[in-house]
Amino acid sequence: MPDALLLHMKVNGEDVEVAAPPHFTLLEVLRYKLDLIGSKQGCDKGDCGACTVQLDGTARLSCLTLAAQADGRKVRTVEGMTAAHLHPLQDCMDKQVAAQCGFCTPGILMAAEAYLTKQARAVSRDEVAEAMAGNLCRCTGYVKIVDAIVEASEIMAAKEQG
Amino acid sequence: MLRLPIFGTKSPTSLEELVAAMAQPGAHLVAGGTDLLPNLKHGLYEPKVLVSIDRVEELQHITWDEDASMLRIGTGVTLSQIAADNEIGARFPSLAKAAGLVASPLIRNMATIGGNINLDTRCRYVNQSEFWRSAIGGCLKSGGDVCHVVPKGRSCVAAMSSDCVPVLTSLGAQLGQVGPNGRRDLAMADYYSSDGIAHTRREAGEITAEVCIPIPTRDTAAQYAKWTVRKSIDFPLVSIAMNFELSGSGHDATIVAATICLGVLAARPKLLRADKLKGLRFSDAETAEVVGELCYAQGKTLDNVPYEAGYRRSMLRVFGKRAVGQLVKSR
Ligand SMILES: Cc1cc2nc3c(=O)[nH]c(=O)nc-3n(C[C@H](O)[C@H](O)[C@H](O)COP(=O)(O)OP(=O)(O)OC[C@H]3O[C@@H](n4cnc5c(N)ncnc54)[C@H](O)[C@@H]3O)c2cc1C
Ligand code: SF4
Ligand code: FES
Ligand code: FES
Repeated sequence: MPDALLLHMKVNGEDVEVAAPPHFTLLEVLRYKLDLIGSKQGCDKGDCGACTVQLDGTARLSCLTLAAQADGRKVRTVEGMTAAHLHPLQDCMDKQVAAQCGFCTPGILMAAEAYLTKQARAVSRDEVAEAMAGNLCRCTGYVKIVDAIVEASEIMAAKEQG
Repeated sequence: MLRLPIFGTKSPTSLEELVAAMAQPGAHLVAGGTDLLPNLKHGLYEPKVLVSIDRVEELQHITWDEDASMLRIGTGVTLSQIAADNEIGARFPSLAKAAGLVASPLIRNMATIGGNINLDTRCRYVNQSEFWRSAIGGCLKSGGDVCHVVPKGRSCVAAMSSDCVPVLTSLGAQLGQVGPNGRRDLAMADYYSSDGIAHTRREAGEITAEVCIPIPTRDTAAQYAKWTVRKSIDFPLVSIAMNFELSGSGHDATIVAATICLGVLAARPKLLRADKLKGLRFSDAETAEVVGELCYAQGKTLDNVPYEAGYRRSMLRVFGKRAVGQLVKSR
């Protein structure tokens, strides 16, 4: 049995040191070593996006990221979104009732936040549909999710300017 | 929940260390992991050590080497980077398009061009869980002794399903392979074999370090056409890359040379015999018809990926013809 890895990561702004077997994925480290169960284990093979997290600001699938690949990096999960103020995305998802069972929501929030931060402007529905193509939702039919992300992009862009 | 088999990991930070790590017995390279990890979770391979390329800076470049008339791309560059690169978009639009059509934005953020070039072949009977495969007793590629696609065949015909491979081949790309004996360069057209179990001519311990694309000196027009059931996430079911060298201007331009490469047939990308196209006026409706016909006549589809082979073959004609129409319009 290969030796465990000792990982150093910044998870949601906090320095974390954690040991994990080398054959663990980042998702398994988050869920089973750090008790951060917000990121979901859906398909576990790249099809659904429920496990989406941000690694150094880029959205990626934690079910296909090896623990070793996250060593020394900044990881952001949905748990990082609970600062004193609601993130505009959370606010708009809530207002638009864009979550039903909520299983896809953590992944949607992580993918959408990374995308909107990068764009730093108001985006269109078509652009959102393209950008969110890797995040499946079995409940909502997507309309409200897209509405929420478009609205959040407008709020975030207005804040930037004002 | 799908578990990975037990293995160790190595994260070298230089190409030299990477090649040394790959010399260990049971070592397997991992780049973005978006092909390898699902395959490992499905129990297809059991490597002892995964050697990750993600910290090797030397594999991260996009360099326009104008002296050598080559675009050089390090194999650690992600498909997102290639799809978003304005200069690649302007000078090699078919490559930017193919990279941008792979899987989903999340996967393209992780997936590398090196992994796309070395993507394992795919088949509906093998890219399944271990449990699923055990119900049919496996196949030649997964511990069994029969091929379910060609039941009397003795070799595996799983499909080369990469979006970028047909495009890079149509652009005349070369691969820089680095291994224990140094670097060798070979044409992508010579890199693949027809054996679905070992479909590349990668030598032991070797990695693909660079892909080099010749910068055209003449007027060219290149296009990539992909058909899938859903617009995103899915692997191609029809995959056609074309690259025309033209002489003359505007609507009078004629074809001097044409390279058309098809993916998702069997293990090897197929370069079509396309001499017929030489001398044809590019914008003539007949040219598009001939291209569609060539794709159909030489594109022998198999029941190795989803959708009926006959239907996919008909779609080769449709998509081949349509792709030329779009190219003509865009000029
Ligand atoms: C849901 C889903 C949908 C997908 N859809 C598509 C699609 O539409 N089109 C498509 O083309 N692909 C698709 N893929 C497959 C995959 O995401 C891409 O092909 C990707 O480019 C693979 O790159 P990677 O860096 O993740 O490779 P990895 O998984 O890291 O590696 C793949 C293989 O290549 C080898 N390898 C990697 N880099 C090198 C190198 N530099 N030298 C030598 N060998 C190397 C590895 O050892 C491994 O055997 C999909 C995958 C998933 C999970
Ligand atoms: S082509 Fe045949 S041998 Fe190859 S993976 Fe498919 S069923 Fe198995
Ligand atoms: S759990 Fe990672 S993509 Fe589905
Ligand atoms: S809200 Fe249930 S999967 Fe999206």
